[in-house]
Amino acid sequence: MGASTANPLPAPREQADLATRAQIDRSCRQTVSIYYASAVFWLLVGSLLALVASLKMHLPGFLSGWEWLTFGRVRPAHLNTVIYGWASMAGVGTLLWLQARLSRVRLPLPLLLPVTGLIWNAGVVYGTAAILMGYGTSTEWLEFPVPALAFFGFCLAVIIYASLLMMMRRKVHHTYVSQWYLYGAILWFPFLYVAGLFLTQAPNVNGTVRAISNWWFAHNVLGLWLTPIGLASAYYFIPKVTGRPVHSYHLSLLGFWTLALFYNWAGTHHLIGGPIPAWVVTVGIVGSMMMFVPVITVAINHHMTMVGQFHFLRTSPTLRFVVFGAMSYTAVSVQGSLTALRSWNEITHFTHYTIAHAHLGVYAFYSMLAFGAMYYILPRVLRSEWSSAPLIKLHFWSCGAGIALYFLALTWAGIEQGRMMNNPDVPFLRIVAYTLPWLASRSVAGVLMTLGHAAFALLVWRIFRDAGKSLPGPTLLTPARLWPDWRRLWSRAGRKTS
Amino acid sequence: MNKSLLVYLGVLFTVVASLSGLVLVPDWQFRGIQPYETEDGIRYPQPLAGSTALGREVYIDLGCVYCHTQQVRPEGFGADLDRGWGNRRTVMRDYLFEPRNLTGTMRTGPDLANIGARQPSRDWHNLHLYNPRITSPGSNMPPHPFLFTVGGDESRRPLGATPLPAEWRTPGAAYILPTSRGRHLVDYLLSLNKSVALPEAQ
Ligand code: HEC
Repeated sequence: MGASTANPLPAPREQADLATRAQIDRSCRQTVSIYYASAVFWLLVGSLLALVASLKMHLPGFLSGWEWLTFGRVRPAHLNTVIYGWASMAGVGTLLWLQARLSRVRLPLPLLLPVTGLIWNAGVVYGTAAILMGYGTSTEWLEFPVPALAFFGFCLAVIIYASLLMMMRRKVHHTYVSQWYLYGAILWFPFLYVAGLFLTQAPNVNGTVRAISNWWFAHNVLGLWLTPIGLASAYYFIPKVTGRPVHSYHLSLLGFWTLALFYNWAGTHHLIGGPIPAWVVTVGIVGSMMMFVPVITVAINHHMTMVGQFHFLRTSPTLRFVVFGAMSYTAVSVQGSLTALRSWNEITHFTHYTIAHAHLGVYAFYSMLAFGAMYYILPRVLRSEWSSAPLIKLHFWSCGAGIALYFLALTWAGIEQGRMMNNPDVPFLRIVAYTLPWLASRSVAGVLMTLGHAAFALLVWRIFRDAGKSLPGPTLLTPARLWPDWRRLWSRAGRKTS
Repeated sequence: MNKSLLVYLGVLFTVVASLSGLVLVPDWQFRGIQPYETEDGIRYPQPLAGSTALGREVYIDLGCVYCHTQQVRPEGFGADLDRGWGNRRTVMRDYLFEPRNLTGTMRTGPDLANIGARQPSRDWHNLHLYNPRITSPGSNMPPHPFLFTVGGDESRRPLGATPLPAEWRTPGAAYILPTSRGRHLVDYLLSLNKSVALPEAQ
């Protein structure tokens, strides 16, 4: 990248390269647009539902007369809109674009894939409405009723097919590490969803087996669907933006296969102390401990790639979000492994601590990475530019501060809640009273995060409005565009704000 | 090409392995579990039926599981037993006929595995569900007024209605009468009782 900046006119080979990339980006436009725009829509809906749920926890009278807005419905509606609407749709957009770029082929199925975006939305609308109307399953992370499978099953089948087509047609024979994660994600998730739904909802399954399947599924949605997409983005964007290759190929290999082998088994740590066979719990704990291997491997690999390149954080919005996400990945994984230890689990299980942990994973890690990916991908597929650096900054700081407050408040409250709960002399209502102020500060955090999302939504709205306007040539033909452009944008914003 | 295919197959293998190990093996290992027959000839557990089964549907559709667990941790692991949430830990057999996983992961409220034994008063549950702060000042459990109709004329209080305590009365509200869903839900709560002594839970 550095070379091309110094060079006013790219060499012919390079130019052909850039043209190919532009064509690939063009082929992704409709599909990625639909998935990303919908993702942002669901992010807003999910944030709103989150705020309502959060307020209800410390103001129980708030909107309490409406059955469809009772806490026990708004909370799963929040979870499912952000997981299946926001996170998954953003993930599919990123996954398809990354795979096309890395295979150097155009995105196949130009009609069918955008249609799956619409069907996916219909699935989320259906499922969320069902939850609010009382048809949810109360099976955590699988609250959409069984017919939702028809929507997502169809879309996922098409996406798998597209992924296989790209794999077979690919022009690059080296399989970059991001690709492994993407292959994993797209095969794991459909399998998990079908098996999880079947085992938790079908008649004649032993109740304990239902509980195990429930947590095998729920834990793996994060671990084998969102995590690999997030890590694929981190592995792609950190080298891309800094212009440095990934530190170690062998570490990448080790990190991937250990994740694939161990993450699967960790889910049952959600059932420690529960009515399941002791060996199943032990396997879950061992799996969680083994997760240190891929996590530390990935952390070293990313850190070593970033060393000396941290100044890019000032200029590149993509890198800011991606590095925030990648660092949170290490944090959330280490925390997850420690939480699986019996002595720590005895305190933190069943408390707000777990909620904080989940948000560290899905938000501070995954969602921040998804934002970073969108900041990179959307200008390329839409051929336009982000309209306002101050808004990007607002997005970053508002969400960053929000999730930090969220995490600290609920982690602290959860630990205290757990300690009080394990002391039978503390009356239960004293515990409730203790947590209320912390739950209120969680609402403040939620407002901050929602504000950031609103800023982001405005940016996305504008970049769609400007589609095709500001970038007449193929994406990278103007060499100054890649990062000096960002720098100008940022320094201009800096002058305005300071 | 071949290498990518290997990755595809490899990742499929990992997830099939964990499904088999964590879910199918326990399923097969415990296929034969049967209800326990006590000395007095009681078979435990029994599948829920009638109103209690309908009540479980209400418990599911209102999302009580997001604040309440239904599992008692063993002696020496948490204070579940000392808090009186049960007289023994819960085990696999307790959940033999559960059509949904309601064991739960969150205790914003107390465990309910034995609430029927712990709080057998129907009137208490009516008042508590109608507005938890009537029975439990400071509670952050949501009120469920939509499970009740309210009547103002004390002299015409129907059977099955619960009078409101004096300080909660207003001109239009002297008693609350559960709707059919409200009645089913309380029937379900009153049925929650895992106190039968099981050999494996000793
Ligand atoms: C927002 C969290 C929340 C939700 C949702 C919730 N509860 Fe509660 N529940 C609590 C809290 C906190 C307490 C303890 C204080 C009290 O008694 O109200 C409690 C207490 C209870 C108790 C009394 C337990 C005891 O040991 O005295 C029962 C019974 C109960 N809830 C049933 C339900 C049912 C049934 C639902 C669903 C319709 C439900 N709860 C939904 C938070 C919740």
